[in-house]
Amino acid sequence: MRGDRSGNAMATTHTKSLARAMMAPAVIVLLIWMIVPLAMTLYFSTLNYTLYNPFSTPFVGFENYSYFLTDPTFLAALANTLVLVLGVLAITVGGGILIALLLDQDFYGVNIVRLLVIAPFFVMPTVAALVWKNMMMNPVYGVIGQLLQAVGLAPIDWMTEVPLLSIVIIVAWQWLPFATLILLTALQSLSMDQKEAAEMDGAKALSIFWYITLPHMSRAITVVILIQTIFLLSIYAEILVTTQGGPGSQSTNITYLVAQQATSYGDIGAASAGGIVAVILANIVAIFLVRLIGKNLDA
Amino acid sequence: MARNVSTGRKIGTTALAWFVGLVIFFPILWTFLTSFKTELQAISIPPVFVGFDWTLENYQTIQTQSNYFHFMANSIYLSLGSTALGLIVAVPAAWAMAFSPTKRTKDILLWMLSTKMLPAVGVLIPVYLMFIKFGLLDSRLGLIVVLFLINLPIIVWMLYTYFKEIPGEILEAARMDGASLRKEITQVLAPMAVPGIASTVLLNVILSWNEAFWTLNLTTSNAAPLTAFIASFSSPQGNFYAKLSAASMLAIAPILIVGWFSQKQLVRGLTFGAVK
Repeated sequence: MRGDRSGNAMATTHTKSLARAMMAPAVIVLLIWMIVPLAMTLYFSTLNYTLYNPFSTPFVGFENYSYFLTDPTFLAALANTLVLVLGVLAITVGGGILIALLLDQDFYGVNIVRLLVIAPFFVMPTVAALVWKNMMMNPVYGVIGQLLQAVGLAPIDWMTEVPLLSIVIIVAWQWLPFATLILLTALQSLSMDQKEAAEMDGAKALSIFWYITLPHMSRAITVVILIQTIFLLSIYAEILVTTQGGPGSQSTNITYLVAQQATSYGDIGAASAGGIVAVILANIVAIFLVRLIGKNLDA
Repeated sequence: MARNVSTGRKIGTTALAWFVGLVIFFPILWTFLTSFKTELQAISIPPVFVGFDWTLENYQTIQTQSNYFHFMANSIYLSLGSTALGLIVAVPAAWAMAFSPTKRTKDILLWMLSTKMLPAVGVLIPVYLMFIKFGLLDSRLGLIVVLFLINLPIIVWMLYTYFKEIPGEILEAARMDGASLRKEITQVLAPMAVPGIASTVLLNVILSWNEAFWTLNLTTSNAAPLTAFIASFSSPQGNFYAKLSAASMLAIAPILIVGWFSQKQLVRGLTFGAVK
């Protein structure tokens, strides 16, 4: 083996440097994209830097961080971010498992129903949010309000009475297809033999689900949770075009708060500190995802 | 007897599945129907489902009043431009990783993935300030570069998982037969790589088309794509449901169709090959 390799040494060295040259552009642009803006954000976060007085930017150390972290809006936004992420995850994973089980059955028109179910994933966030806000959730003309009235209930003014729940519903609608599609893919790789053997042994449908199907899907469920979390932490457009974070800060998440600090208040220093906080929060999630996918790469 | 039971069950499943499918699809269906109503019919109580006078008026208004095609053209430029740029950089990189892997290949791939997890707000401010400085704000070029950068890790990953499935022995066999490098690429490898590249293009076009953080924050009008165009409906004046619906349908229809054709690849691309 060793002899073989030295015999090919010339070719290998050549291939290796060619391979390196082929990878270089991708690695370099991503390295720049990651390091330069992040370093600048880190630097800005230590300055008293506002757009109203951009020429005097004195160093203030951790002041922006203590300002951002002790701002009651930050705590509200952190709580809202958690509710948003966990609420959407609960609906999409729970609903996704049920719908995947349903679509895995044999029925008429399975391909068309699949298309109907995955459609929301392709709807751009601004369209999804505005269609839900106006045509579904408007208290007077919205379809939900009219349905409620038809059965004698009072309509709800979704965007002002339950703003965060409204956004959870809109975002869950967008992500339910993703969860369903991935869980269905995992479900379809479950061998029939295993299920049939369990059925022969007289296992009930529920225990088959609990002891065979669910463990088989566990990996896909983990992937869904982690990938969705990354995207859900940075929900922005849905809030911007519906509640704009309000009323008050009832539907403001971290991403929206940081963007608002910069664009509405022109406070670059505080917004940068907030951006770094968001990066740290996302990294905690990312570590788990990278480990999980790294394991898969070995297999 | 047993057959009767299963047919009965199949009909029951069919009813339930169609009900669930239609409930999930309903907002899109409703938007589609409303886009052909007049503004008055769009807000009629009780709502009319299909028994209205279908009109194309809203679609005409959308183009004449708000220059819809300008935004549509921007969406096309941005999604195709960023995808093309992505392929130019990612195909060689993924190729090298799949065919001449080293000990560090896996680390590089994971590191690329981790850049995708950097929240956009963490880098928004410097990018925004740099865009102002270099006159890139509200320019197509600037946005193409940003969309290219945020999707590059996904493109590299997706291509890598496809390329890895091309058997390396085929290359050696071609070389043994004395194929030139050009022949090797055009006649042996390209045909095998095309399906993977096509799927990658589809997914990347979908992601770029629907991207709504950078496109909203870095454009105002000149380079604004459909995401920003639709966002302008968030402060309504008067009756606008039918026009909002027509604009929405125009914005989502192309990508919905592309998406329906690429649902299988989507799973693979979005899970970085972790679920196949």
